[in-house]
Amino acid sequence: MSSSGITGFGAYIPRLRIDRSHIANAHAWMAPSLRRGAKGERAFCSWDEDAITMAVEAGRDCLNNIDPKSIGRITLASTTSPFADLQGSAIAAGALRLEENTASMDIANSQRAATSGFIQTFQSAQSTLFIASERPAAKPASPQELGFGAGAAAFVTGTGNVIVEFLARATVTANFVDHFRAAEEKYNYYWEERWIRDEGINKLAIQAATSALEKAGVAATEVNHLIVPPVQRGAAQAVARKLGFEGILADDLQMGCGYTGTAHPLLMLANVLEQAGPGERILLVGFGQGADAIVLRTTEHLASRQPARGIKGNLADKLDTREYLRMLSFYQGIELEWGMRSEKNTKTMLSTQYRAVEQTAGFNAGRCGRCDTVQFPQLQYCVNTDCRTPAAEFEDISLIDEPCEVFTFTSDWLSYYPAPPLYVGFIQFDNGARVSMEMVDIGNDGLAVGMPMRNVFRVKDIDQQRGFRRYFWKATPTVRKEA
Amino acid sequence: MATGIKDKVAILGMGCSQFGERWDSDAGDLMAEAFDEALEDAGVERRQIEAAWYGCYADTVNVGSSAIPASTALRLDSIPVSRMENLCATGTEALRGATYAVAAGAVDIALAIGTEKLKDTGYGGLPPAFKGNFNDMWLPASSAPSGFAQLAHGYEHKHGIQKETIKQAMAHVSWKSHQNGTRNPKAHLRKAVSMETILGAPMISDPIGLYDCCGVSDGAACAIVTTPEIAKSLGKSDLVSIKALQLSVSSGLESTTNQWDASHVRNTRIAAKRAYKEAGIDKPREQLSLIEVHDCFSITELVTMEDLFISEEGKATHDILDGFYDSDGGVPCQTDGGLKCFGHPIGASGLRMGYEIYSQLLGRAGERQLDSPSLGLTHNLGGVPYLGIVAVSILGLM
Repeated sequence: MSSSGITGFGAYIPRLRIDRSHIANAHAWMAPSLRRGAKGERAFCSWDEDAITMAVEAGRDCLNNIDPKSIGRITLASTTSPFADLQGSAIAAGALRLEENTASMDIANSQRAATSGFIQTFQSAQSTLFIASERPAAKPASPQELGFGAGAAAFVTGTGNVIVEFLARATVTANFVDHFRAAEEKYNYYWEERWIRDEGINKLAIQAATSALEKAGVAATEVNHLIVPPVQRGAAQAVARKLGFEGILADDLQMGCGYTGTAHPLLMLANVLEQAGPGERILLVGFGQGADAIVLRTTEHLASRQPARGIKGNLADKLDTREYLRMLSFYQGIELEWGMRSEKNTKTMLSTQYRAVEQTAGFNAGRCGRCDTVQFPQLQYCVNTDCRTPAAEFEDISLIDEPCEVFTFTSDWLSYYPAPPLYVGFIQFDNGARVSMEMVDIGNDGLAVGMPMRNVFRVKDIDQQRGFRRYFWKATPTVRKEA
Repeated sequence: MATGIKDKVAILGMGCSQFGERWDSDAGDLMAEAFDEALEDAGVERRQIEAAWYGCYADTVNVGSSAIPASTALRLDSIPVSRMENLCATGTEALRGATYAVAAGAVDIALAIGTEKLKDTGYGGLPPAFKGNFNDMWLPASSAPSGFAQLAHGYEHKHGIQKETIKQAMAHVSWKSHQNGTRNPKAHLRKAVSMETILGAPMISDPIGLYDCCGVSDGAACAIVTTPEIAKSLGKSDLVSIKALQLSVSSGLESTTNQWDASHVRNTRIAAKRAYKEAGIDKPREQLSLIEVHDCFSITELVTMEDLFISEEGKATHDILDGFYDSDGGVPCQTDGGLKCFGHPIGASGLRMGYEIYSQLLGRAGERQLDSPSLGLTHNLGGVPYLGIVAVSILGLM
């Protein structure tokens, strides 16, 4: 057994929330029964958020007080990566400013991708940033449309001052198809719930959990927290009952977030770690083509390694909307008339992008070696009219975490923008840099000159013709009142 | 030591097409319309033109690149024809090319022509701009009004003037231009509009509403220039000469550093200072008879009144609301309706402004004729206030 464990964690949940009743009411004409389960809010991604942007934000939350240079490996688990063949973890590594020699890998294709990948990280002493991120899409008027959410959880694993020890794990692999999604399909296809419960969760998950507890030498009654993702209603209670578990059933995060697919067990784990005390035992279950079970124990270092925002901070930081059609549009569930301006060619010149990657992913401004002027973008010579030092003498200064505020702004209703209006203006950074930026997740209070902002990694453009998407940083208000 | 352009070049003739939604015409037709008028006015023949500068901005939705669309449309056979493109300063840039060629003695007679055919895109407004492979990766894909709208917040913040007062002054800018447009038979928009309509219009980019935006029009304008001596030898007596022709382009200071307060356009101030020096003007508020400025959006005209040193800093809203820039005011602005109502076929606009000054100076402005004007200024602003190209020309009677 390796002594590897968890050394840090963080999470991200999109700010956009919708009360499930708004979704159910929209469908009441054809599916009145949906109203029964329509309780609480779910999170959904803005048009410019995906599994990769959420992974970056969760990663930042996790690396709150961890040096990115200490990370040797990044792994991203998701079944909803925007690319079939382009590594999300490599994109995230750039935005998280990990070292060039960091190993990167994506894991996909199962609801168990996150827990199975997580188990693998404990086999290595190498410091690993493990992120699970999911933006599940559901067919309009399906129960999943109400139940799904979106989010990401990030963990650093390694040795030394671990906040959670890894005790044991067990896996059962079975070609049990509770649902599937063909490679080219938008939505999942589900089998009957009762069969999934009786033959799937109650057998496969129990088998894995029992085996893991045995290996750990821990009795079910000694477990303080049981984490079973809400793959269906009552799944966690059923597992608890069967195991004889007597502790605290982990919050399934259905209220405020919603089910986040493969990422969900790890979001629930992050939530447990925000509340747990030292020396508490956790049983974590992942379900999909069998089951994973992981037994963990918190240490006395847990309190000292809390994330910047965590699940609690993310749940509180929300923007309510009543507009179901907004969500539907962001999830390509409805085709709206965006006008001819939306036909603009947004082809990314990949060779240009590669030359600019330090500036676009790392948001690297240049600090002039002679006059100290911080400038973005970095062009050929210093922007200071009295200086003009060549860029070769600039030092890279990332603007990602630099304090900043609104200098000018407007709300643009003319440009094509998938979430109109487009808020745009100058962001003034404390170090002197000034950048024309998109501003996102603006509440009903709007913007004001001098409003403090922070930067978030988002999709800049989606190339409808070629399916490519490019990413950049956008500014968002730091303090947000409920809309 | 450079001595500047003042009085080295005279305008031999000018022409301007009807502006508007010219469903009947393509860019070549529009150019021909302006060109024929200018040839007749100049009293020269096509073969006497020795070089031409042709301005066109939006080649991708229009006629394509290079000078060939102009040389073929106007049948300018085998003479040097150059294409100019410098955003909204394109028309004045064409004039600058022709003027400098004559002043240098390289040619005797040169043509400057600008055109834009914007109404073949299938939608209203300008086509979304391509900002470059790298810039499109990080710059917001925002519209022209969103760039200028930011001036309003900056102006409000710097001078502590209420947003409502600014909005009222912006509305007056548009109201005045609509009034002037009714008296211009070549204008795109020839209807007077009430302040209520302007203030109640749908928002385009806060605080710029629909009526704070100029028209998007088809049109062409042109000038034939020569030396004053040749003009006289061709029988011209009332000569309009070029007193100044200046261009100032941003190097990124405003958009990249904290050295700009968002309340003004730095390049307008620089170009204006140079132009006044070149023309020998020290009191523009007293000396200028009329001005034609780049009122792409009403807020632009508002701050331009200060950037041209006609209104004192922080006093533009007062002057505007006081009627100082109305057609019967101290310095009439946009007597032809401006970009707002004459229209804004981008490549033609600088030359269209010159056409109005030229017409006013020669007493040919019909219903909107001012009383004995002697000196007029044109101002173009290409790009956005914080990353732009400003052209200022001053024309006057010799």
